[in-house]
Amino acid sequence: MKQFRGWYWLGLIVALLAIAMIAVARGAVSVSLAAVIDALRGRGDPTAIAIVRNLRLPRVVLGALVGAGLGASGAALQGALRNPLAEPYLLGVSGGAAVGAVIAYALGVSSDAVITLAAFAGGIGAVFVALAVARVGGRSTRADVRTLLIAGVIVGAFANAAIMVALARAEPNTVRGALWWMMGSAADATWRRVTWLAVSILVAGGALVYWAREIDVLSLGEDTAASLGVDAERSGRRAFLLAALLAAATVSAAGLIGFVGLVVPHIARRMGLRAHRPLVLAAGLIGATLVVAADLAARTVAAPTELPLGAITALLGVPFFLVQLRRTS
Amino acid sequence: MIEFRDLVVSYPGARSNAVDGVTFIGARGKLTALAGPNGSGKSSIVKALLRRADIPRGSATIDGRDVRSLSYAELARNVAVVPQREEAAFPIQVREYVFLGRYPHLGLWRAPSKEDELAVDEALAQAGVQDLADRDTDALSGGEWQRVRIARALAQKSPALVLDEPTTFLDVAHEMAIFELMSSLARSGLAVLLVSHQLNLVARFADTIVLLDHGKVATSGSPTEVMRADRLEAIYGWPVVITRDPAVGAPALVPLRRPVQL
Repeated sequence: MKQFRGWYWLGLIVALLAIAMIAVARGAVSVSLAAVIDALRGRGDPTAIAIVRNLRLPRVVLGALVGAGLGASGAALQGALRNPLAEPYLLGVSGGAAVGAVIAYALGVSSDAVITLAAFAGGIGAVFVALAVARVGGRSTRADVRTLLIAGVIVGAFANAAIMVALARAEPNTVRGALWWMMGSAADATWRRVTWLAVSILVAGGALVYWAREIDVLSLGEDTAASLGVDAERSGRRAFLLAALLAAATVSAAGLIGFVGLVVPHIARRMGLRAHRPLVLAAGLIGATLVVAADLAARTVAAPTELPLGAITALLGVPFFLVQLRRTS
Repeated sequence: MIEFRDLVVSYPGARSNAVDGVTFIGARGKLTALAGPNGSGKSSIVKALLRRADIPRGSATIDGRDVRSLSYAELARNVAVVPQREEAAFPIQVREYVFLGRYPHLGLWRAPSKEDELAVDEALAQAGVQDLADRDTDALSGGEWQRVRIARALAQKSPALVLDEPTTFLDVAHEMAIFELMSSLARSGLAVLLVSHQLNLVARFADTIVLLDHGKVATSGSPTEVMRADRLEAIYGWPVVITRDPAVGAPALVPLRRPVQL
């Protein structure tokens, strides 16, 4: 197995900063790197300052936060659920958040903050429904993690069906808004949205890092975890909820961006990371880099048309996964 | 010392108790074997010890302290368990894996000290897996993996050790090696409780055998006391004869063939 080296951290951080700088510079109006640095410090051409500070920078930071949240969430979930195919959206979070947003659109809400909150509430609501379903489905009062995973998939499927029913009767404008949101995009980035996402990710991500050693033990299975002094049910549920919180926050800020939560933890593991504290952190950095790069591609590849960010990440993720599959089989 | 007194374990929705008033002791320095047919309650007793099953009546204690009064971490510092099944989803280096045995001592944040490193080195040596320390867990054979799991439990440095069917799927040599290891661990002063189907091996190695049937203790005592054809026939529902194993003279069980009735 590959050995993770200390300087990899530096590499990950430099890669993120470099791609972020390029993403801030490139776009419909390209700004030179020197001008970007000037604009960030509040100097130079006022137009450049406005583009960099009010348009590009919030978008890049939002993309980075979304990627970080999804990467960290996926890394924790795969460990806690002992399933290399687990990803944040499997928990029903995405479906629930979509239901929340679509309901808000259908009610004619146009306030950005309200839609974000509605999506967040929908995502978290779906997780609690999944927990309740798992408890009913499980043999005892304790929800087994595998039952939890299945419950999440069921709740997600139900939510998707509900969205389709709702959209079948909806106004064209609602459909367009909802669809754009389901395809995922960082285009509507505002500093307010960035702040909200940053706080959610720092809190939930910080909590995951705090409890990361429990996930190391949990990943050995529930009986073994219990024999090592971890209350498997409680710790599993905690990891599940924190991961869901991260996912719901990202979905409410930028819609559905698939494959990041699934693929990024595998990249971090390939670099030689096994313990979940560094793994969650590295997955956050890699996820941030990946989404910023994907968003850059979404904006520039077919300009002036903007491609859906969620589709770009999936286009990048699928070939990666096929390569991974070939290597393991 | 591990002690069960009138232990009852029941699962919600089940018609009868999985364990129904079981009393026995796993003493320090002794290898105590827990045997019995499938579904006789062996694994439920281990679950109760780990606080993973409800105990409506009776008690499970370790050195006189009820497991329900201990925190999960305290419990893990007092008894190490190698469960029957373990589905690790991701490979991990053997040394890192054995280090997880120090979790009950380290908790969420404490950095490993010299003492932790030493405990891991000792555990690797005791289980005879020092040479595997740099390997990945997915590159181990079945026998190596079981020894590595035992090393992880030994790294906990607890006075009691419980192993649930540690030799399933192992060939004769690996099975014998694991039994020899458990026997030497018991002689070194640990209270070793072994759940096993392998009556013949148990009869050669264990100091005491507790034979369960339908959640109750059918018989217990030394191997010679327990290994009696009439009792075993009644419990397993199959004709057997008891002979003597030619090497050490321990009682040995030979199940007979029975004509199939069509």
